[in-house]
Amino acid sequence: MSSPIAPPLQAAPAISLKNLRVSYGDREILHGVSFDVQQGETLVILGGSGSGKSTLLRTLVGLERPTSGEIWIKGKNLATISDEELDTLRRHMGMSFQGGALFGSMTVGENVALPLREHTKLEDPTIEIMLRLKLDQVGLSGYEDYYPSQLSGGMKKRAAVARALAMDPEILFFDEPSAGLDPIIAAGIDELIIELKKAFHMTIIVVTHELASAFLIADRMVLINKGEVVALGTPEEMKNSPHPRVRQFLDRIPEPAVSQELDYLQMLTEERHGQRR
Amino acid sequence: MQISARRLENKTIFDVVGDIDLANSPAVRKALLAEIKEKKIPCVIMNLEGVKYIDSSGIASLVEGLKASRDAHARFILFGLSKSAREVLQLSRLLNLFEIYDNEEQALSNERA
Repeated sequence: MSSPIAPPLQAAPAISLKNLRVSYGDREILHGVSFDVQQGETLVILGGSGSGKSTLLRTLVGLERPTSGEIWIKGKNLATISDEELDTLRRHMGMSFQGGALFGSMTVGENVALPLREHTKLEDPTIEIMLRLKLDQVGLSGYEDYYPSQLSGGMKKRAAVARALAMDPEILFFDEPSAGLDPIIAAGIDELIIELKKAFHMTIIVVTHELASAFLIADRMVLINKGEVVALGTPEEMKNSPHPRVRQFLDRIPEPAVSQELDYLQMLTEERHGQRR
Repeated sequence: MQISARRLENKTIFDVVGDIDLANSPAVRKALLAEIKEKKIPCVIMNLEGVKYIDSSGIASLVEGLKASRDAHARFILFGLSKSAREVLQLSRLLNLFEIYDNEEQALSNERA
């Protein structure tokens, strides 16, 4: 497969990216990324270190602004909607960060309740029941009074997922959910993602470079390399893809030495905008 | 979302129409708790036939209603749940905690029984 595979015709996509470009200063990280994420599907964004996959995720959740191109979420163009509409849209999105990003000075329950206290006018008893429901959904019933430092790595991830679920998101983003976890705990997180999708029909976007996890949870996968979409398809289509970059990534073949040298030379000598050598 | 109350002898039936979500579940909660705790109505019935979607704040409000009614030795009944509302209760392991009927007739006849 040398070009992205078009998704099957369905209802309006949950997310649509059109020629998205993102730069850090003079350096362009994403060079025109386009694809759709269908409602209720789990899309895994694959890519090596420095491929641009995390930048893509950060842009999708509004932490980075694109230099050009369009992001449509639930039929709304992020660039043209009002702040109020953007705020409403963000309430439909949950994010589970790589390091968990739990507040260490707060209990697990307080962490999960935080978005509800910040963004809603719900009464305390309602919030208390909700946070217990969320903790139950991620397998952490009874841990509301624990502090993050008292939890294992896997439990911290689960607590972070519970917090991401607090506002009943329609779209859930995961950044490297299995990073730093042993294979058994990581498998538990994969299972949790599958269960959440089944139970709540959520649209789930997962950034990872863990292949075993990706093939287990994905409905479709997109491979990002050097800021561009290399391939997009179902796990089966990716497995059978003859595309050299897909093969290299899936078969875990290291970069050829020559290419590394060329890249290194380019990195050392590349001209920056507005800078003369 | 709209919520209105009907009084039938010693029972109150709440007719709810629209989605129950973060924005309006406090109104559902307030109405429920007033009926159970303040007016001490011995049987409160929720007509959810007009509710397509109920989020976890709505579920939490119903749990509060259930707890308040148990504390008051009153009955708290749900009927007309949509498939998705039933699924949400099932996933939250709450389906068997509530007294649930398919329609108002069943809810009332079982209440009388």
